[in-house]
Amino acid sequence: MIVELGHLALAAALVVAVFQAVVPLYGAARRDATLMALAQPAALVQFAALIIAFGALTHAFVTSDFSVSNVASNSHSLKPLLYKVSGVWGNHEGSMLLWVLILSLFGAAVAAFGGNLPESLRARTIAVQGLIGVGFLAFILFTSNPFERVVPPPIDGRGLNPLLQDIGLALHPPMLYLGYVGLSTTFSFAVAALLEGRVDPAWARWVRPWTLAAWVALTAGITLGSGWAYYELGWGGWWFWDPVENASFMPWLAATALLHSAIVVEKRDALKSWTILLALIAFALSLLGTFLVRSGVLTSVHAFAVDPERGMFILALLAVAIGGSFALFAWRAPTMEGGGVFRPISREGGLVLNNLLTATGAATVLIGTLYPLALETVTGEKVSVGPPFYDATFVPLMVPLIIVVGIGPLLAWKRGDLAGALHNLWAAAIIAISLGMALAWLQGAPVGAALGMALAAWLGVAVITEWVDRVRLFRVPFSTSVARATGLPRAAYGMSFAHLGLAVFIVGAVGETYFSHEVVRYAAAGDRIEIAGHTVQFNGVSERAGPNYNAQVGTFVLETGERLESERRFYPAEGQQTTEAAIRVRPAGDLYTVLGEPAEGDQWTIRIYYKTLVVWIWVGGFLMAFGGLVSLADRRLRVGAPTPRRPMAVAAAGGDD
Amino acid sequence: MTRKNQRIAMIVGGLAFLGVAAGLVLTAFEDSVVFFFSPTDLQAKPVDPERRIRVGGLVETGSVERGPADAEIRFKVTDGNTSVTIRYVGILPDLFREGQGIVAQGRLQDAMFQADEVLAKHDETYMPKEVADALKKQGHWKDGEAPYGDGAKSGGGS
Repeated sequence: MIVELGHLALAAALVVAVFQAVVPLYGAARRDATLMALAQPAALVQFAALIIAFGALTHAFVTSDFSVSNVASNSHSLKPLLYKVSGVWGNHEGSMLLWVLILSLFGAAVAAFGGNLPESLRARTIAVQGLIGVGFLAFILFTSNPFERVVPPPIDGRGLNPLLQDIGLALHPPMLYLGYVGLSTTFSFAVAALLEGRVDPAWARWVRPWTLAAWVALTAGITLGSGWAYYELGWGGWWFWDPVENASFMPWLAATALLHSAIVVEKRDALKSWTILLALIAFALSLLGTFLVRSGVLTSVHAFAVDPERGMFILALLAVAIGGSFALFAWRAPTMEGGGVFRPISREGGLVLNNLLTATGAATVLIGTLYPLALETVTGEKVSVGPPFYDATFVPLMVPLIIVVGIGPLLAWKRGDLAGALHNLWAAAIIAISLGMALAWLQGAPVGAALGMALAAWLGVAVITEWVDRVRLFRVPFSTSVARATGLPRAAYGMSFAHLGLAVFIVGAVGETYFSHEVVRYAAAGDRIEIAGHTVQFNGVSERAGPNYNAQVGTFVLETGERLESERRFYPAEGQQTTEAAIRVRPAGDLYTVLGEPAEGDQWTIRIYYKTLVVWIWVGGFLMAFGGLVSLADRRLRVGAPTPRRPMAVAAAGGDD
Repeated sequence: MTRKNQRIAMIVGGLAFLGVAAGLVLTAFEDSVVFFFSPTDLQAKPVDPERRIRVGGLVETGSVERGPADAEIRFKVTDGNTSVTIRYVGILPDLFREGQGIVAQGRLQDAMFQADEVLAKHDETYMPKEVADALKKQGHWKDGEAPYGDGAKSGGGS
């Protein structure tokens, strides 16, 4: 009964979405306030209907209603409750339902919090959001119905892939979707602005919080996913340049560029059409990611089964959304005249450079992701594009970017003083260069490692320098500095945290890549293994029963007496084996032990990694997301309609790039 | 700087970046794209032993043996007509089983494939797509039937 109610609610949501898409658009074209005002209730009703649908599916999962085909295929009565719930989105149909739920959440959020938007812009934005909803609701109802019943119902379900039974992965998809789908809002704003034919600083100010929110969720989602891969897959890797990872990374790069170019629109009324284009591209990349993951055209650890019908449907949606919005852009963008002019050496110049480098980086990732597909379609040859490709293309593009990120915030708007900024950064330069040289000559580190650490030091010190400069530390009485520090806008702190997060991330990425150690060997109980200055004793293997699995537990004892227990689990319901690494996390590096297969006699294959500085990767990622949150809390973005800008206010508010 | 000059500067700058990126991409493609071979392909055309390639097929039942070196494993991968011996040092992925499809990445040296990575990715029938296609090409697998009978179970994913 509840299941049918959910199905009905889903169908109702589609009807409401059609209404939400058509009526306000017509109303906005006719300047009819009554019709435009219908956008908000429609968005809220659609959201409510989808909450009912999602709740119904969750109910079916929690109560293990195996008469629902989706539950039978993806759940099991013995599964812990948390994974029954996360099982709702651990499969194709349910994850698409979560997708549209979040889409309608953003539509409803614009309806609820968009009180200060101009009437027609709001109506059009909500309508475009509804239009996207129509496409995806139709996709779910016609090709991926999560409420389909099976007759007769099986006695028990087939279970959820054990790899997905993990808290990190329970949280990762909703977070990632919040980001992915959150970009739909900026897309809707961009399309609405094109329809209005007007982009101004006020528009940028309305759009920025939505971009920021999506970016924060995307950053956190990618960081969670990377952490999951690190501890769950047992290979000790944190980023594989897997197409599915790229699918979330490309929108992130585009959103990062958008975040920065929107600042230029807001402060200087320039880069308008580029910003609109970026907003379209960012969501187009989200859709492309959805297509790549959902259609099964990619082979990947994450990929679902191939279903050509679904693939074609999403491809059609992709074509309509991208084709339609780009055509609209080509038609309307030329009417948007740029505002303020600026010198190449200026804050705007730095932000443009950021945009060029980030966008080019995204383009290389896109090429690397699509090339194997294109080649196979054209020549039938099968290739894979792996880390070496991205190391040779994406990474070099990021080197100048990091240098610019250090300098940009110190440049003034409109006309910057490069010599002055560099003069301020002498400490950063000296620290970076001496660190790099010390690593290369004293430690004999590879060039890449020395360069990477030098860049991280450069950026880290530059961020601190910029803050010191703003609060005039040691140049004015200390109490004045404190007053200045507390008076700085939150957006400024947000920028500092995010940029610092980037520096921290680079430390982790470079440390892990160049300074890690690995031992793979056979070991019997009592064997001692030396790795990176640590002695690890293998204490043999015992059996243990878990809630829905049986485990062989290998115990490793460190010289400090700490015990690490690595498991090999067998899940009888799913008939699958998983490896659970044991990790001792320390800022200097992780000890990571894996129990492999039994070998001759009482020996086991074991693998121990020492992952130097690896935890900095995720600390950096979350620091970036935290910076975004801090910036989101800025007064300027919360307080109503933008006030006319006074030149002084702009100078004092500084930037948050 | 006038508005027009500014726009021209931006376009020139953008094109310059795209040029650099295109250069990087093209050189990288030359060196780092990894081609996929079935065991039959490997026999048919010689492969540069310095070049990283991928080989895929089904793990031949009864072919998996350990040693002699620490943590060394050798097994044969077949596409039904030809097989190739793969040597790997390390821990095999959880989904590695005899009779299952796998993809190995590494170099072909002295008629043995030295793998530095073994992937056993899963979809509906635990079959990497490349492997399924290679088997189809050799006429050992038709759509809709699992080659070795078992394991037709859908894997989840994110």
